[in-house]
Amino acid sequence: MSRTDLQTLPERAVELLGGEPDDTTLRRYLHGLAGVDAVGLEQRAAGLGTRSIKTTSKAWALDKIIGLMDLTTLEGADTPGKVRSLVAKGLKPDAADPTCPRVAAVCVYGDMVPHAVAALGAAHGDPDDGLVSVAAVATAFPSGRASLEVKLADTADAVAAGADEIDMVIDRGAFLAGHYGLVFDQIARVKQACRREDGTYASLKVILETGELNTYDNVKRASWLAILAGGDFIKTSTGKVQPAATLPVTLMMLEVVRDWHRATGEKIGVKPAGGIRTSKDAIKYLVTVAETVGEEWLQPHLFRYGASSLLNDVLLQRQKLRTGAYSGADYVTID
Amino acid sequence: MSFLEYAPAPESRSILNLRDGYGLFIDGDFVEGTGKSFTTISPADESHIATISAASEADVDRAVTAARRAYDRTWSKMSGRDRGKYLFRIARLVQERARELAVAESLDNGKPIKESRDVDVPLVAAWFFYYAGWADKLDYAGLGASPRALGVAGQVIPWNFPLLMLAWKIAPALAAGNTVVLKPAETTPLSALVFAEILQQADLPPGVVNILTGAGETGAALVSHPDVDKVAFTGSTAVGRAIAKEVAGSGKKLTLELGGKAANIVFDDAPIDQAIEGIVNGIFFNQGHVCCAGSRLLVQENVHDEVIDRLKQRLSTLRLGDPLDKNTDIGAINSREQLDRIRALSDIGEEEGAERWSADCVIPDSGFWFAPTIFTNVQTSHRIAREEIFGPVLSVLTFRTPAEAIEKANNTPYGLSAGIWTDKGSRILAVADRLRAGVVWANTFNRFDPSSPFGGYKESGYGREGGRHGLAAYLAPGSSAPRPRQTALAAGATASASQPPSRTPRAAKKGRASASRGSGAEPQKGAKR
Repeated sequence: MSRTDLQTLPERAVELLGGEPDDTTLRRYLHGLAGVDAVGLEQRAAGLGTRSIKTTSKAWALDKIIGLMDLTTLEGADTPGKVRSLVAKGLKPDAADPTCPRVAAVCVYGDMVPHAVAALGAAHGDPDDGLVSVAAVATAFPSGRASLEVKLADTADAVAAGADEIDMVIDRGAFLAGHYGLVFDQIARVKQACRREDGTYASLKVILETGELNTYDNVKRASWLAILAGGDFIKTSTGKVQPAATLPVTLMMLEVVRDWHRATGEKIGVKPAGGIRTSKDAIKYLVTVAETVGEEWLQPHLFRYGASSLLNDVLLQRQKLRTGAYSGADYVTID
Repeated sequence: MSFLEYAPAPESRSILNLRDGYGLFIDGDFVEGTGKSFTTISPADESHIATISAASEADVDRAVTAARRAYDRTWSKMSGRDRGKYLFRIARLVQERARELAVAESLDNGKPIKESRDVDVPLVAAWFFYYAGWADKLDYAGLGASPRALGVAGQVIPWNFPLLMLAWKIAPALAAGNTVVLKPAETTPLSALVFAEILQQADLPPGVVNILTGAGETGAALVSHPDVDKVAFTGSTAVGRAIAKEVAGSGKKLTLELGGKAANIVFDDAPIDQAIEGIVNGIFFNQGHVCCAGSRLLVQENVHDEVIDRLKQRLSTLRLGDPLDKNTDIGAINSREQLDRIRALSDIGEEEGAERWSADCVIPDSGFWFAPTIFTNVQTSHRIAREEIFGPVLSVLTFRTPAEAIEKANNTPYGLSAGIWTDKGSRILAVADRLRAGVVWANTFNRFDPSSPFGGYKESGYGREGGRHGLAAYLAPGSSAPRPRQTALAAGATASASQPPSRTPRAAKKGRASASRGSGAEPQKGAKR
């Protein structure tokens, strides 16, 4: 790693690591983190999953879930028409209910960003202002098997097209081979590629692909690595690998975020993605966030759901709360 | 609005078909007791639940006579396979009526519904299923071929896990072929009485299980009844000691499961977040009303501050309140008496110089409540480090080396359980090997399974419950002679002539026992424990 790159690194990372972020230093640091007991972690997650969220709390939770959602389409068959349809759904999820909140962002492949931006028009912007962001997957998503140059170009391209958020994948191969320095370097460089002409940065979500990292210890180390290297969000999965998001793995990543906040005062976001399909499951995540890092994390810049089919189930539950009766799949729109 | 103030999610009480009053369950029927009846209240708001009969000495005698008759005529003659069928049936009925039992338990005991629903009642069913499987396999229980049942078992159980302790007692006793007279605790009779209804529903032969409600005197009358062959008690060490004295020399077989002051040892390489959960589960599960609670936290000095910091943060997320709300983590203290004891010992802790910290939670106006509390800077010589508080109070001590941790963990008159938290497998084995405790949990705490024996060292009692070992408490080798019963039957006859089961026969027996000792013969089988 060159000196210029080091200067761009957040100083706190070098300070925390006690040296340059090479393989040796990172290994010493990441392997010095407290271990994770899988049985205990899963037990705690199951416990959080038993919270009973009813009536007013449930109504609030359902709206919150929609407002924290990255409505996603990541298919090889995506077309501009499909993206326009997705955007329309994200802006007005329930055709019958104008009080239904918008989603936080739409998440598409890099080449679809211009179409998403165009479709959003004036509604494109910060979800904190009631607008909808555009997130783009980049860096040779989902496998990440490409040269760094390609990954950087992929990223810069999406940012230039107007993406507000970049969902990058880490090089799992390098991570599993112990080349932590390489993974760190790539994340830091992609972060640089998120820089816009005006000097601001697109938000960087780092996808760990927890299903390929396999152990909770690995996920914990990868989470710290991603945050140290400058990720704004840590995200569980691409959705292309099983298992994708699970409650225990999300809980553990939230614990890392909590500990990072404790150590530096910085707030990092978490995005579980893939496999969350029902309101019931989504509420469990909401509970887990609130009881692990606190309620202030329940905002679009600190927590997101990456999902495609979840939205309709949430809408059905919303209708049920409002009318007292269950409707059916034909009472919500297909994307 | 704060999301974390979850909207109330109370479990419905209507599922519980509560009667105004409950009699004693003797010989398959509910009958009026002749003792002074009492009321059972909800510790969460002190409201009246039901009027409960109290068993007098005559009632105890009636129940023991019924149990003896059922033993002689039915239960001891039934094949193990048929006994197993009844136990399986009871287990399935417990599952069917799980919600009702959970509500009864939380209402009467004060424990959160999520614990009675997810822990107590499923374990009760598991216990009956497990021992149902043993009923026709007693030849393989480790006591040689054709072990024999002991006869009538008198069982006295505590208020902290009313239904679970009932299952721990009744399931192995019935599987082994004994009949039972059980006395639930005075403050928590309700779930046992609902269970009696289940026994009726299961068509269990009359007298095989009798349930007598009442206070300490009822329990005393039961354990001292001459026709009881086996006494099983779970409760305080003081009462356990009195029972041991009472039955000494009577030939009755005795198992005691008493108090504890378990060490939960956290090493510096522990999986920290899970260890915090384990500490919380160890001492705040069931409001700390757990004999095997991890009430002494031994934490390695170099991680002490971090552990305490994280623990406090975690405790501030615990939700104290209505036991029937599905989101309640900490319920009510079971009785005013217990609350007074917890308060008194906590005050002593402060006087002794320990630093007290309590989670900031709103305490309801009525009922018995105690906020989760941690004492730091506790020294081994403090009373809160030695005496069982039996409440949501954690005493934190530090250690420097594994050797010191083991020494401190063992430095207690009790020896029921212990916990070890470390990422290093070899350390778990090495430390567990040197802990004098009946149960040692590694990287977990307060986990129970019917196949795992449970019981203590030293003042935590003797005998084991659960697993194959738990059967041994209700069986004798087939070659051994049954406990002589002539005097016992005589006592039964006396009592039926409206006299309390008089002291005379027992006194006579004691005299005989001492005479035989004097003549150099072996004392009775009771000494075999």
